[in-house]
Amino acid sequence: MNTKELHNAYVQGLKREKRFVRITQLSILILFFVSWEFLTSQRILDPLLFSSPSRVWNLLLIRISDGSIFVHSSVTLFETVLGFILGTAMGTAMAAMLWWSRFLSRVMDPYLVVLNSMPKVALGPILIVGLGPGFSSIIAMGALISVIITTLVVYNAFKEVDENYVKVIRSFGATKRKSFFSVILPACFPTIISTLKVNVGLAWVGVIVGEFLVSKQGLGYMIIYGFQVFNFTMVMLSLLIIAVLATCMYQLVELLERKLLKYRG
Amino acid sequence: MALLEINKIEKTYFSKTSVTEAIKDINLAVERGEFISIIGPSGCGKTTLLSMISGLLKPTSGTIKLDGKQITKPTPETGYMLQQDYLFPWLSIRRNITLGLKTMGLLTKETECHALHLLNEMGLGEFKDVYPSQLSGGMRQRVALVRMLATQPKLLLLDEPFSALDFQTKLKLEDLVHSTIKEHEKTAILVTHDISEAIAMSDRIVMLSRRPATIHRIFKVPDALKGLEPFEARNTALFNDLFQDIWEELESFEHKRTS
Repeated sequence: MNTKELHNAYVQGLKREKRFVRITQLSILILFFVSWEFLTSQRILDPLLFSSPSRVWNLLLIRISDGSIFVHSSVTLFETVLGFILGTAMGTAMAAMLWWSRFLSRVMDPYLVVLNSMPKVALGPILIVGLGPGFSSIIAMGALISVIITTLVVYNAFKEVDENYVKVIRSFGATKRKSFFSVILPACFPTIISTLKVNVGLAWVGVIVGEFLVSKQGLGYMIIYGFQVFNFTMVMLSLLIIAVLATCMYQLVELLERKLLKYRG
Repeated sequence: MALLEINKIEKTYFSKTSVTEAIKDINLAVERGEFISIIGPSGCGKTTLLSMISGLLKPTSGTIKLDGKQITKPTPETGYMLQQDYLFPWLSIRRNITLGLKTMGLLTKETECHALHLLNEMGLGEFKDVYPSQLSGGMRQRVALVRMLATQPKLLLLDEPFSALDFQTKLKLEDLVHSTIKEHEKTAILVTHDISEAIAMSDRIVMLSRRPATIHRIFKVPDALKGLEPFEARNTALFNDLFQDIWEELESFEHKRTS
């Protein structure tokens, strides 16, 4: 066999492996739904508690036809995206301030540790009292939950940028401001992107808990309402929609990552 | 008038528990077009001296004048090259070599053209749109050289720029840097721990003592060697004699420390 054939065989092998992975993934998904349907229809699992795929599907069709599902989904999605962007942007801005002033970072250090260890959702009632039971307090919750951890992670990344890159730009007479924007910030894009990925999940937690508390509309409201009237089909439907939307958001962040970090080759 | 005048500079580092005198009473004048090497025992403050000349670090006392003007902060007139290339991985080669121009606000069609011309001279013209991760170590260091030259500094400060390269690449790059510097009539100060590199490339070799560093001795490289390319210079008898002299002198520091 010559090298060309060997290479072809190698590529074929790679393809086969990829196909096998995909088929297995799909099988797990199908198996999950089929056994869910089967177990609840045979009453091995209580359908009142676990619902079933067919009931969820029917409910979805009803909710699509009366349009209410779009209202709840879009409200939640809007709050999550905004909370996520605000949390990441404010966290990065705070990290920049800490990097700028050694004094500030030394002063803030114990407060950040306390705030970071504190469960942010516990502040929910205060937010609702302060900002009113509506969008703003839910968005604030989505942002609050990720802002401190973003600050800490990004600030650490800022500090750990190789001093020599700064030396290069300073030898060209750059000011501190210029060094920040042309070295520190771009050097930390990989870290910022990975905090974005973590924040996607955190923002969903914040927003759903916020909607539990405010209980007006949104997928979190659907979950808490379904729970209260013991309609677990509604709970399951909301969970599945959240799973789909959160995955889409994560994929968007990955797309951004590929765009921004294409220099890594 | 000399291009660079170093007058009685001293540098002391402070920490909570100690005071370290790094550099003490160094006086040196560097003429236009001269190539100076600074060698000395490891940890003696060679890089500190270079950082002070560049303006990145302030001396505790004493003055450094470039073209009669005192240096207090980094100026466009000096270029600095580090041990590793430190190209910005997120910028293409073209953006990397124009980084200095952009930072100084001097980026125009003309200056960018000049930078690309220099890149061509280094034989890297075709790589202008790739990212640094796609180049080898030697190529990257050449790009770093272009980045430094693009701003047309008068004085080049080279901080062991070849130390991270393999031997063959290092020899080739020494020749390239040497000829480029001579061609563009630049003045250069090279910090190195490699005696043969110092002899092969420079006109004068300044040997620093152990900490607190002062100038221990200045060696003049014979004219016969200066005219040669570094690679050729390494093959002459004169080269070996000078190497022996410097080696023995450096060794004497070691003995003083152990005895």
